[in-house]
Amino acid sequence: MRVPLSRVAHARSGDKGDGSNVGLIADTPEIFELLRAQVTAERVKEHFREVCRGAVERYEVPNLGALNFILHDSLGGGGTESLKTDAQGKTHGQGLLTLEIEVPAELLAEDR
Amino acid sequence: MRAVRIGNGQGFWGDSVDAPVELLRGGEIDYIGMDYLAEVTLSIMMRQKLKDPAAGYATDFIGFVRRVLPELVERNVKVICNAGGLNPQGARARVFEVARELGVGGFKVGVVEGDDILPRLPELIAAGHELANMETGEPIAPIVDRVTSANAYLGARGVVEALGAGALIVLCGRITDTALALAPMAHEFGWDFEDWDRLSAGTIAGHVIECGAQCTGGNFSRWWEVPDLWNVGYPVVEAHEDGTFVVTKHEGTGGMVTVDTVSEQLLYEMGDPRQYVGPDCVADFTSVRLAQEGLDRVRVSGIRGGPRTPFLKVSASYLEGYKATGQITVSGPRAVEKARLAAETVWKRLERAGVRFAPEQTTVELLGTGACLPGVLAPPADPPEVVLRLGVRDGDRDKLARFGMEIAPLVTAGPPGVTGFAGGRPKPQEVVAYWPALLAREEVEGRVTVSVEEA
Repeated sequence: MRVPLSRVAHARSGDKGDGSNVGLIADTPEIFELLRAQVTAERVKEHFREVCRGAVERYEVPNLGALNFILHDSLGGGGTESLKTDAQGKTHGQGLLTLEIEVPAELLAEDR
Repeated sequence: MRAVRIGNGQGFWGDSVDAPVELLRGGEIDYIGMDYLAEVTLSIMMRQKLKDPAAGYATDFIGFVRRVLPELVERNVKVICNAGGLNPQGARARVFEVARELGVGGFKVGVVEGDDILPRLPELIAAGHELANMETGEPIAPIVDRVTSANAYLGARGVVEALGAGALIVLCGRITDTALALAPMAHEFGWDFEDWDRLSAGTIAGHVIECGAQCTGGNFSRWWEVPDLWNVGYPVVEAHEDGTFVVTKHEGTGGMVTVDTVSEQLLYEMGDPRQYVGPDCVADFTSVRLAQEGLDRVRVSGIRGGPRTPFLKVSASYLEGYKATGQITVSGPRAVEKARLAAETVWKRLERAGVRFAPEQTTVELLGTGACLPGVLAPPADPPEVVLRLGVRDGDRDKLARFGMEIAPLVTAGPPGVTGFAGGRPKPQEVVAYWPALLAREEVEGRVTVSVEEA
């Protein structure tokens, strides 16, 4: 089934210089394997193409069942220089959770 | 050895003024850490200090001391904070004044100094320290005249020394947030400052609690699962000598501490999870093990780390022109089209007046149409209202003042349904930009001073 990440994962974001970071945490080890395979740096870059002007880097944090993404040049200059409402990337985690992935129906918990 | 209970009552300057008081009164606690410094706060404090040599620290902290000082002394609850800003001695003098007013004495206040390198910038540059911007690689020399603050992030050792000398309150300037938790652990357990795994454990404990309620249910993705968020308990770590700790909160408070809330905070503002570089060590977040050991109790273990680097991070700020933002609300049918027309109207009227801005120095946001996440969230087809937010950035203050004059006329000389213009014309604000850099640690550490005085 194709579902938004919010069904199977949770996330938090914040600023990292003139970029943001988004931590994406899987609900289960099985889901973590799906995230690893499907939520690539390229897909995240495409998802945030109008937000992120730079590259997207991905790190794995398997002990937390998590991936960490750095969205370079995504804050309009960052911190105090930026004219954006979201100058600190606080909303990027919520944005990533709308990305859709394929999840076998048997891995889906109750509706979230 | 019993566990040491270390809380965080202030995640940033502007956080809840009641949180540290609730943390003190709501249960058992040995240490309260409080963070008052954002990236450019010290620059604001610099200006305050120039006007008044007694100023330059976080005055909110004095309000906290006034509310709770007798209880701190009576229960021997220690407070560690960076509220000293650019003037920790001044902050201590004020704490002592408040103590006299309250008739409280017999306690010690420590001050850790040596983070402020602004006066030494010319000498450091002359000695070959580039202080290159970590984002751009540019050396600091060309902008040094515009620098308004420059502080090195100190580690935990100065605070440990102050605690060792019996300080009840430790006032610092720029120390790293995580040291607010690491320092009491290193002090209580006598940790060696080359025991990288334990230092990393204390650092990660500090990272988990440094943003206050962000590990106890605040800013949590599944907010609907969080009970009584209004009364969210600020975090407490129960630390053990071996570097393991439990993240929890006082009983009877709202919020929740779960593997999920702690995981989210572990990843907050994370770069490379294997190399979390701090002043005392390099912590490895991929070594962290989390386990739910009870309601609102998450056990953290397994933490490893490596030696500190030869550098300290420096946070400098400098003036980079001005910016101004203004907004109006546009309601009724075809609100998006009307808001776009209003924005175009502003730019064209400015152009007629001879005021032009480079396109990359302007912003137009239609709040209510997914402006924070363009291209990510689909905008609604015809929202009943949107907020039009316009912003400009320029080196010329007068141009920004002129921009500020073009918002109000939209109410009568713009499309219909424009409202919500209040608070007067947008004013140009100085942009205090952030300059992160690295500096050889020996340039700073030999000059850190710790003084402890009794009230």
